[in-house]
Amino acid sequence: MNVGPAQTVARRQTALRMTGISKRFGPVQALCDVTFGARAGSVHALVGENGAGKSTLMKILAGVYQPDAGTIEIHGCSHTLANPAEAIEAGVSMIYQELDLAEHLTVAENIFLGAEPRGRLPFTVSHHQMTAQTRQLAERYHFDIRPDAKVEDLPTGDCQIVEILKALRRNASIIVMDEPTSSLSERETVRLFEVVRQLRQQGLAIVYISHRLEEVAALADEVSVLRDGRLVHSEPVRQLDVPRIVHHMVGRELTDFFPQRNATVGDVLFEVNGLSSEAGVCDVGFAIHRGEIVGMAGLVGARRTEVARAIFGVDPKTAGRVTLDGRELNVTSPAEAIACGIALLTEDRKRTGLCLQLPCSWNITLPNLAQIGMQRLIRPAQEHRIAAEAGARMAVRWAGPEAPTDSLSGGNQQKLLVARWLLANSTFMIFDEPTRGIDVGAKAEVYGLLNRLAEQGKAILFISSELPELFGIADRILVMRRGRLVGNLTTKETTPEQVMHLAAVEEN
Amino acid sequence: MSKVVRQLLPFATLAILVAALSALEPDTFLTTENFLNVLSRSSVNGIIAMGMTAVIISGGIDLSVGSMLALAGMVGAGVLLKVGGPAAGAGACFLGTVVGIGAGLLCGLLNGTLITKLKLPPFIVTLGTMSAFRGASYIINNSKMFDVPMYTFLGQSTLLGVPVSVLILAIVVLFGFFVLRYTPLGRYTYAIGSNRQAAFHAGVNVDRNLIAIYSMMGAFVGLAAMIQTSRTISAQPTAGISLELDIIAAVVIGGASLAGGRGTVVGTIVGTLLISFLRNGCTLLGISTNIQLVVIGAIIIGAVALDQIARSRADTP
Repeated sequence: MNVGPAQTVARRQTALRMTGISKRFGPVQALCDVTFGARAGSVHALVGENGAGKSTLMKILAGVYQPDAGTIEIHGCSHTLANPAEAIEAGVSMIYQELDLAEHLTVAENIFLGAEPRGRLPFTVSHHQMTAQTRQLAERYHFDIRPDAKVEDLPTGDCQIVEILKALRRNASIIVMDEPTSSLSERETVRLFEVVRQLRQQGLAIVYISHRLEEVAALADEVSVLRDGRLVHSEPVRQLDVPRIVHHMVGRELTDFFPQRNATVGDVLFEVNGLSSEAGVCDVGFAIHRGEIVGMAGLVGARRTEVARAIFGVDPKTAGRVTLDGRELNVTSPAEAIACGIALLTEDRKRTGLCLQLPCSWNITLPNLAQIGMQRLIRPAQEHRIAAEAGARMAVRWAGPEAPTDSLSGGNQQKLLVARWLLANSTFMIFDEPTRGIDVGAKAEVYGLLNRLAEQGKAILFISSELPELFGIADRILVMRRGRLVGNLTTKETTPEQVMHLAAVEEN
Repeated sequence: MSKVVRQLLPFATLAILVAALSALEPDTFLTTENFLNVLSRSSVNGIIAMGMTAVIISGGIDLSVGSMLALAGMVGAGVLLKVGGPAAGAGACFLGTVVGIGAGLLCGLLNGTLITKLKLPPFIVTLGTMSAFRGASYIINNSKMFDVPMYTFLGQSTLLGVPVSVLILAIVVLFGFFVLRYTPLGRYTYAIGSNRQAAFHAGVNVDRNLIAIYSMMGAFVGLAAMIQTSRTISAQPTAGISLELDIIAAVVIGGASLAGGRGTVVGTIVGTLLISFLRNGCTLLGISTNIQLVVIGAIIIGAVALDQIARSRADTP
């Protein structure tokens, strides 16, 4: 893929220039005099903590919000972008974290949604043409996807490719990707990177929003940092210095990003032997001591979440013995698990974690009514006080315990869930991907919290897809592959390569 | 529109309606007698609407309440006559009342059990039992009604000048308010309706709570059925046809969401009274029942539309 120098220059022309963008929502200055640009044929990463203004800036670019001040130029022409249709017309396509595809339709139908090629008879759609054009488009960008597959049958990674194809079909020249890898497996991530590089090669300008700085280092040509609505830093990735970027993101040095581990490891608190479940967990056994943080690694399909679900009584067990504090448990529902002193912070806080419409306080006390002596009668004033204390302990940023849960940002919702399970005062706590989709500062807080819980003598199972954080915080790392436990390693005596090898490579 | 304004919307509509009718018909509308009459007519719907509020908050629906009303009334009155004969005394009347409430409770228990154990949508289950309960209420006395001329206490007598049915409605409203606000059952009802999976993962016994909610709904219908029986001194297998629509309308006008997780007892009672006063006002003004139906339909759509507009304004920053 050699590109001549002249061509490179042509491709590196400025595709997008946003100048002096300001936006205020009521009392909140979301963006203040932000100048941001992207060149054709390059990837510009936009990083920043939650609430830094990344989404607002991109929604202005997508025509969802109107800026109070500032100008937008696309390929040298000034645009106002009064609504999303105008943004699409100008060549801007957004790929949001939550993909918006019609699940029951095929790949081709999704790509041509609203612009179906007409058939010979009036009021008909030519499926033949739609499929053929989709195939052409996919081939041009070397994407491997079946045009007639139903979107609901596709893995998340492929759905993203459908979104990208949809953007390309609309002749997009600027594609904005918001946290595209947050729900992808390791392998899908690698493939997405190839796709993004392919798009860059074809001369598109990519704005890439991510929390993961490793990705930025691997993929981007330029990186800009937003903090508190201001663009505080921009630099080419060639000289990327991760600690410096982190410093700009949080405005403080994160010298102790991972806390010093100094919990004393006691006797075995939790033990499971020969655990199998209907959801594909097969003969899993391990033990966790008091004060110990045990990480669990594995790729998508390794059934890590399913192990947690079997222990917590969500999925029926088909075999296995679970003991907690020397007592054998036979848990068949989350209610029983909670009563025994087990907590599970689920991976998907929107689906299985929070009741988003309800007040924050209700979500905090939901599994804990017995714990706080309200199993017969709820005393709202006292509940309010308990929830306020629990929220304050996790430094949840909210308008108050009565605020609706969906008024909180993602990171704060996660803190709310942690506050809930701290109140439950469980002895064995399972954290399933607790740092997914939260910013660097909040991640550091979660690590600090895990450490404090371990110091209190709790046993912790920490499921994560990010190896650096497993190596940063866990005492031991369990490796899962296809429902089986294939490794039980002491962190200090192993390497990320060894863990990845166990997780990824099939052996006999 | 702020959140407060939105919540006050049903109240304001009710207040405006009452004020308008008072101005138009001061002699007939604005009398204690007429108000007690409206309240007394609202008692049957109001009691059922309390149960329906909990069901709708849980994310469900109960289409069978009209048929259940007929069945519970027929069972209650049938037992009353069987035990006490044509001149039944207070004991038989009391027994008939308890049996009627019990019949409703069993109907609700059946709905709840089918919904949770067979994992069927509440709409389907109660659509089925709507037909089945109606059939059963015809079967009981060969499609004929039961006359119970001696059964007057619940529907026709007064206590300290207030109709007994209105007092019962007041007790049921307080009970509903208490359950939804101060008990774990009420709290879990909101949680299940808001996010059933999250509630389950937080240790809520979803099935048990849903069965309790549908059973409570049934018991309220049983109670309402006996009041209805007493008001008309007869139990009719045709009672309560299309009643479910009035009930659901009252709950929705009161601000509950059919998607679950949202709704209040106070809103529901305001919704019920709104419909009752509207009917009463139309009658006093000599507006035909046909036009009443059109007006009530418009109010349902208007109330929910206003609520939606207020909600979407509140959501955008």
